[in-house]
This record gives sequence, C-alpha cells and structure tokens, in this order.
Amino acid sequence: MNQRVADGTLIDRTREIAFEFNGTRLKGHPGDTLASALLANGKRMVGRSFKYHRPRGIVASGAEEPNALLGIGRGPRFEPNQRATNTELFDGLQAQSQNHWPSLEFDVGAINASVASVAPVFSAGFYYKTFMFPKIAWKHVYEPFIRQAAGLGKAPSEADADTYEHFHAHTDVLVIGGGIAGILAAKSAAAEGAEVLLVEQAPHWGGRALVDSEEIDGKPTADWVSAEIAALEGLPNVKLRSRCMGAGLYDHGYAMLYERVADHAPQAGVPRHRLWRVRAKQIVVASGAIERPLTFAYNDVPGVMLASAVRDYLGLYGVAPGQSMVLAANNDDAYRTALAMIAAGLSVEAVVDTRREVTGALPQAVREAGVRVLPGHGIAKVHGKTEVHAVEIGRLSGAGRLLGGTEKVYCDLVAMSGGWSPVVHLFSHCGGKLRWDDAAAMFRPAPERAAPLGHDGAVNTHCAGAANGALQAAECMADALAAGAAAAGGKSTTKPPKIDAPEEAPMEPHWFTPAAGKLNTGTKHWVDFQNDVTAADVRLAAQEGYESVEHTKRYTTLGMATDQGKLSNINGLALLAAELGKKIPEVGTTTFRPPYTPISMGAITGRNRGPLFKAIRQTRMHGWHAEHGASFEPVGDWYRPYAFLRPGETRAKAVTREILNTRENVGLLDASTLGKIAVKGPDAATFLDLIYTNMMSSLKIGRCRYGLMCTENGFLFDDGVVVRVSEDEYLLHTTSGGADRVHGHLEEWLQTEWWDLKVHTANVTDQWAQVAVAGPKARTVIEAAGVDADISAEALPFMSWIETRIAGCPVRIFRISFSGELSYEIATPANYGLALWHALLDAGADHSIMPYGTEALHVMRAEKGFIMIGDETDGTVTPQDLGLSWAVSKKKTDFIGKRAMERPDLIRADRKQLVGLLTENPREVIPDGAHAVDQITAPPMRTIGHVTSTYFSPSLGHSIAMALIERGSERMGEVLTFPLEGDKVLKARVVDPVFLDKEGARQNV
Amino acid sequence: MLVMTCPYCGAHCEETELTPGGEAHLTRFGPGSGDTEFEGYLFYRKNPKGVHFERWRHAYGCGIWFHAARCTVTLEVFGTYSAQLTEPPADLVAKIKQKRPDWEGWA
Repeated sequence: MNQRVADGTLIDRTREIAFEFNGTRLKGHPGDTLASALLANGKRMVGRSFKYHRPRGIVASGAEEPNALLGIGRGPRFEPNQRATNTELFDGLQAQSQNHWPSLEFDVGAINASVASVAPVFSAGFYYKTFMFPKIAWKHVYEPFIRQAAGLGKAPSEADADTYEHFHAHTDVLVIGGGIAGILAAKSAAAEGAEVLLVEQAPHWGGRALVDSEEIDGKPTADWVSAEIAALEGLPNVKLRSRCMGAGLYDHGYAMLYERVADHAPQAGVPRHRLWRVRAKQIVVASGAIERPLTFAYNDVPGVMLASAVRDYLGLYGVAPGQSMVLAANNDDAYRTALAMIAAGLSVEAVVDTRREVTGALPQAVREAGVRVLPGHGIAKVHGKTEVHAVEIGRLSGAGRLLGGTEKVYCDLVAMSGGWSPVVHLFSHCGGKLRWDDAAAMFRPAPERAAPLGHDGAVNTHCAGAANGALQAAECMADALAAGAAAAGGKSTTKPPKIDAPEEAPMEPHWFTPAAGKLNTGTKHWVDFQNDVTAADVRLAAQEGYESVEHTKRYTTLGMATDQGKLSNINGLALLAAELGKKIPEVGTTTFRPPYTPISMGAITGRNRGPLFKAIRQTRMHGWHAEHGASFEPVGDWYRPYAFLRPGETRAKAVTREILNTRENVGLLDASTLGKIAVKGPDAATFLDLIYTNMMSSLKIGRCRYGLMCTENGFLFDDGVVVRVSEDEYLLHTTSGGADRVHGHLEEWLQTEWWDLKVHTANVTDQWAQVAVAGPKARTVIEAAGVDADISAEALPFMSWIETRIAGCPVRIFRISFSGELSYEIATPANYGLALWHALLDAGADHSIMPYGTEALHVMRAEKGFIMIGDETDGTVTPQDLGLSWAVSKKKTDFIGKRAMERPDLIRADRKQLVGLLTENPREVIPDGAHAVDQITAPPMRTIGHVTSTYFSPSLGHSIAMALIERGSERMGEVLTFPLEGDKVLKARVVDPVFLDKEGARQNV
Repeated sequence: MLVMTCPYCGAHCEETELTPGGEAHLTRFGPGSGDTEFEGYLFYRKNPKGVHFERWRHAYGCGIWFHAARCTVTLEVFGTYSAQLTEPPADLVAKIKQKRPDWEGWA
C-alpha cells in the first residue's frame, strides 16, 4: 500500500530507487531514510522487542529511535542494529529485521510475553531472580534459550570490507548541530572572526525548523536555511560538514565527531566512516531536543509514534504514517502534528490532552479545523496486535484514575507527545551539570552549577537553542546568536531573524496515563521500548529498594542498550521519583557517556588494522632472515627469528639442530635488537653507580661487566652488560624489549633527582647492528673473516672488548657470552650490519656455521642458569632471590633500591628463591608456570612456588627448568610435586640452576 | 584529554604526547633513613580533591620531565614549570592562591 501522499522537502519524487526489506523488493525516492521508505510502503512493523518479542514499529524519525534497528548490508558489509531512521536510502540497500524466529510476522519467542502475563518471569531484575535453580539447568536449558531468544541483532561473520579513517582538526569554535540554533551560532561566531567548524548529524541542514516553521525572515524555511548555509560556505573562516555527529566531548575542548562519509553511497576507494578528533578552543552545543512518549497502556503497538515524527514523515518525506490519527498530548507544540495531518488531507479523529485547560493558539487552530479536542483526557488503552486499529479514550482524574467510562475511537495512528527534553548529553559528557526546570518539566544545562572547562579554567562549552532549554523558535534563535558570539569572545549585535510562531501555552507534566482494571498496574505501559521495561517494572524496582536511579537502571535495564534511554530516561525517573515520593531532581539522572549514538568499531579502529595495526621494527639482516626460513616471533616491537627452518623441518627440530651445532661448531645470532644506551659525561661513573646495584665506577676502560638495575622498591628491573668506552663514556646493554624503558628510567632519575650530575644519555640501539658468534669455532671464524686485531685468549680475554675492523667493517668486539660458549658479540654501525653478517657466514662456511634464533638462545642461557628478565623476574623479585647477591654492592653508600633491600619483607627467610629442576622423567617437560605444592589435597592447594623457564635441553638430553620456590636454596636434592591438569602429577628434583659447565671452561678458552 | 604546555620546549601538548609521573616534589629517602620516612617515600602519596602538583614527561616530544599544578576536580592547569625545583615557583603559588582562596598551600 503506497502511503506517499505529498511532496516532501527532502525527497525527489521524480526518481525511484529500489531496496530490499526481508527479501522483498520495495521502492523509495532519493532523500528518503530507510524508515520513511518503509512507512511509504506500508511497513509499520519493523522488528520485535528484546525480551517479549512483541511487534514493534517505527516510533521516531531520528537518533532517538528505539525500535527500528535493522541489519543492513550483506556478507563483509553487513552491520546489525542500524537505526532505520538514520539510514539514508540508496539503490540496492538490503535490510533485515531482527529479534525474531522464524519470521517477523510469526515469532516463537513472543510466547515469552504470554508466559509473562501468567508469571512475571521477565519483570524487573529477572536476570537475577529467575533461571537460578537447578544450577545444571542454567548451562543446558536457560542460557541456550536466552541466547537464542534475546540479543540485539547478530554479529557480522566476515571481516569488514570497508575502510575507515581518523581525521585530526583544530578550530576556534566547534558548533555541534545544524538546526537553526547551530546555523545562527556559527554565523555569529564567524562574524567575530573566529575559525568555525559547524557539524550536523543528518544529511540536511535546518533541523526541526524545516517542519515546524513555515517562514523565517519572510522566506520559506527551506529557502532561508539554504541561503544561510550558502552564506556560511562562502566565508573563509567557516567549515561545514553534514552527516557528521558530535559523538563525545572530553577534557579541554577535545571533541570526537563521527562522519558517515559513504553509508548513503557505499563504494570502493572512499572511507565508510571518518572519526574526527577535534581540539576546539570553544564548543557550542546546539543539539536540539527530543520529544518524550506518553506512558499509556499498549503504547508500544506499531502505529503509536511520537507526534514530531508523524509530522516529520509528512513534511520531509511526504509519507502518511497512517490515514486516521488520534493525538495524545500535554503541550501545544504537538498540535502542529494535527495541523500537518489536516493539511495533508488526512483525518484526525480526536485530540486528547491531559491538561484541564487547553487555550493556546495551536489547539485553537485545530479546533477551528473541526477536530474534537478533549481537555483532561488520555488514552486508556490501545487496541491492535501488530497494528493500531482503535484506542479507548477517557477522562482523567487528578489522582491518576479514569473518571467514568471510556470511548472507543477507531484510528490507525496514534501520535503522542509528553513534552520535550533538551539533548544535554554532550554538555554532560565532560562535567556539565543540569537543573530541573519545573515549568517545562525538563533537565536543562546549568552552567552556573558546573560547565566544562578548558585548560585555563575558563568555561569552554556553551549550549544553544533547544539544547539549552530554549524550545520556542524566537528565544531559541536569540539564545544561539548570543552563544555563538560568546564562544568567539564577543557579544552578538545581530538581530534574530523574524519568525512567525504562535504563542504556546505552558505544558503540564504527565507521567502515567491511567487504564482500567489490572492494566492500571502498568504492566502494559511501556517506558523503555528497546529494553521492554514497563511502568510496573520501575515500580517494582522502587518497592524492592532500588532508590538510586543508577541502580534502577541496572536492575530493570531501563535506558540501556543502543538508544541509552533517549526516549525513556525522563519518563522512567519521573515514575521512580513518584514511587519513592521524591521530586524528580532529587532522583537525578543516570550518567551520560559518549558516544551520543553507537559508532562503528571500524571508525574507532581507523586505518590501524592488518599490517598497520602495530609498527614492527626490523634489523638490517631481517630480509636475509626472511629468505632463509626464519620463523619470526615478536620481541617488544621487534620481529626476531625464533628459528631458521630448513625445508620440511619443524620449529622444534630446527631449534635442536641450532643448539647442538652452536655447542659443537659455531652459531651466528642477530643480536641487533639488544638495547644499547650511551652514557657520557664527567659524572657518568657516579651516575651509573647509582643506577646499577653493582659498582660501575671501578670498571676499567676496555672491560665489560654484567650489571643489574633495580627499581626503588628493590626489585630487579633490567640487566645487561656494561662496557666502559672511555673515562667519561659507557655503553649500556639492556634487554631487547627494555631499551626504551631503561632509557626513560635513566632520564627520569637524571632529570628529576640527580640533575646536578653532568651526564648525557642517548638510546643508540638503532645505530648499531650486532652479531653474536658463539661456539668452539667462533674465534677461527672471525679470524677467517679477516680481523685487524689480535683476538686470542691472551689479547682479548673474557669480559673485555676492542675496537677494530672485520672484513673492512668497523666493529666493536665484546667478548661476552650468553650461551656459555666461546663467544664474541660484534657491533658494527647499522649500515654495515648485513655486510658483516655475510662476511661471517662466508668465513664460517667451512666450519659448519649456522644462524640460530631466539629459542636456541633461550634454551642455551637456561642450560647455563642465566636469568631472563620477564621470565625469572615479574616485578616482585630481588637480585638476592635469584642468587645474584654477588652483583649487589655492599660497598656503595647508595644506589636505586638499596634502602628497600633492608625492608623486612625483602629479607625474610621464606622468600621464593631461584632453583633448577630436573624432572624425574628426563623426557617430560614441566609446563611453564606450573606450581609446586607441599602436598596434594583437594583444591585449593598451598603453592610453594612456580616454574619460570622450562625446556628440553638437547645439550644435556634432559628436561630442565628454572623455578622460584619458597626457601629454594635450602631444598637442594628435594623432590617437588607439581599437580597438573586432570589429576596428573609431575615430580622434579631441586638442583643448582647452572646445568651445564659450572666451571665456565667452555667460554674461557 | 588534557592540554599542557611543556615549559622546556614550549609545545602545547596533547595528553597523548605526555606520560604521567605521579606526585611532584617528593623527597627521596635513601640508605640510612628510618622505616617511617622510607615507607612514606615509597608508598604514600597525596590524593587531593583540588590542587595537585604532579610530574609529567613530554615523552613523545622533547623528552623532558616537568611539573604541573592542576586541579583534580575541574582539570584546570594552573601552570607548568621546571622539574628541577624543590618547590613550586612563588608566582604560581600566588596565582593558585588567588584562584582558590581556600587552598591550604602546596606543602
């Protein structure tokens, strides 16, 4: 049935476009929203409700829509829960309704509703009260049933095919909202010379004025809006964006905008959404107001709509949401809807107004059109299941009762208006406080109580127009001009445009319309359509002691989910206040949080997906590794070869081969990722004595020393070899992942505690490529590569270093070992890295040289009992716990962590200490993190410590592990018990953590 | 998302350029200090509702640590200054006192 009755302001009736709804092909016009096109096609029922699966129709025409949530698109472009009212129609759009099975028209879940009428299983707090017993039923009966029946939409199953982006902008004044208030605020701010950004969530400008005002300054409103927008576009200091919603306001003028760039015209090469991150000196919030529903029995039947939405569909889209209407209202503004229906040649059966006296100009005009206006009346009940077909109207008493009988009025449309609520969301996001306006029955911004502030402590956010509570057009425009000028630091002298708006009589709050009999308990008076919360649920919550509005929200689910109570909040808390015998402002509102309406996950992610998700650091040899079978693993921001896999080889096999070859012949490791920090200055030695637990001032030029760094808590933080380059210069090696952290630590102490020390630090990690040559043939290989210096055991003993050249590459050779083998770590300026790598590989070809990866490195260090930061340490482990007391100076008067090491907790005898473990079964590797227990009992068992590193050692042919065990050093030889998953128990003997070559004979050759 | 001016390089910094460093003007108690003094230094921090002196580092900029005086309620930044001072500059203290007459002083 075609419901298109007239030309709408926004649509082009000369052209038709096709779309699909639940597989049916339908037609609309360019400029339609999906909601207007559905209504034009007579589709009033668009979904089923969340809990009871009741038929639901379109209620609103904008962002506040609670019901018309549809799944839009297909496959990789599918997205659930899209509001039909904010979805622009385009050719080929595919939409599906949600929350029903097997079909929208016939739904099994609706049985919930009939069950509910017998026993209130879904009433307030049902999550907490029902489905409790028997316990086993939860898993097998209740949860699967709830999951099948409930839930909003279905998640997409494919990766998103669209692109998204972030956009950064700075402006003097950001104006949010492109209605008449936003337009005039932008105009007056621009007149003061400010850079202005004006944004509007809809595709069109003008907001409600397009429907609610016939003329502005003597021009048709649409023409006035076009002229004003054209004038703003012509100004060099104004930028405008439609389809761009103010999503959130944050500290110091930081605003998040959500621009729907291509939702209305999906195409490749254009981002779908753009997330704007704006820093504005001043913000004007001109976000308008939202009409409130009235709470009467069966107010959720499709065909019951907001009054403003009814006239939006008529005026903007030329669509009649119904042929014959009953209007229920408590204010004059709603009568505009009756006039719009009459103007479109449609029928208004009656107007019921809850006010005793109805005297305004608008009601008068409706009366003059021959419509029955009934003051002191309300809707007692709506008839109809999937569509309205009649209402019962009745006279109201002041005490919330119906006086006398009701009258049945046949109609297919009910328009309702309970007054208007300013959209105070954005103002409230970063601290703006509200006050209750008794006369207009609304919360409005109260900057005098608290307004968002800039970094300088000055107010930086102003509300304008309806968002500020100025609901009448004339006051709205004057307010907006003043707000815009104030934001730009001036005072508006512009006269507001002339608008011919009839005087409106005051509204009267009306929160609950009585019904006959049992219905008057409110079980069919819907407050929150999206979450199926009724007036009875709110009452029940109050009776059960939920006095705080925040608690009531969570208990009843009022104001949750995608619409966050845009329609329901004020009605809900008015009912709660009445039930508690309090005033509405005493109950207060729930917290408004960004975003204003849901924004896409894609927009939040922007371009940061796939390879751009995280930056990856690569060494100079990375390309070679990739070409030679490297299986990479992330280490900090680096990608390092875990092992070099030969064709057909598993990771484990490769690791074993690499270890055995290094121990028997020689291995080559890309150690470029090792952190390197240069510390230079006359006080460098003094500074490092404070930083390290051991003495660094006594280190001789040309020598290396293993050092430990602790935090002021006395816990081990990083380790590495320190090299003395000259009298006033050191090179610090740090862990691969820790270079930035250690550099930050040095700078913090240098800048904030010991700023009198003359020291500079520089993170030179990237300046050097580094290669470790380890194994019995290491020296032979380096000599074969052509080294300009004597590297014999006598000339270059263990823990010393020299500067020389290898194969023409300038190098620093450090004779240090993390594998326990004869080992040289060779650093060369980064650009020589690959050349050095090739030179060593070539030289080693005759000596069975093989590159090895990080896993071989880890296993070999564990075989030697060397700790790994992050494995053996976790921020609560001291050097003493790890048997590293030898590296903690007793001579130094001070170093970071020294005082803490005297704390009773750090010296108690039952601390966990590092031990080695040999499993009883040599082939069985203990799982990492396994806990040792005193004795096996029923869980929970008392743990005495846990495994920190665990491997199968190819060198020893035995499983080895390191562990932190309570009083570990006293337990040598003891067999510990490790309960594992599924009743399995593993036993391991406590041994010294140095498993291989305790004397160091292999490295000292 | 705060905005602060780095007193060293002059940049008007976004919060994402900065890393926070907790309370400013702590006195370090090292070896030789008593248990109570050391406990206070290591574990106890002011947590005022109002004026707070704190450390920040312009980590993704010049790398310099600085101090800021900030209201923890309104987020107003009264001023930023060098970290190499053992107490806030007198003019900043006077400015805060003028804006917050009830403030009890920084110590």
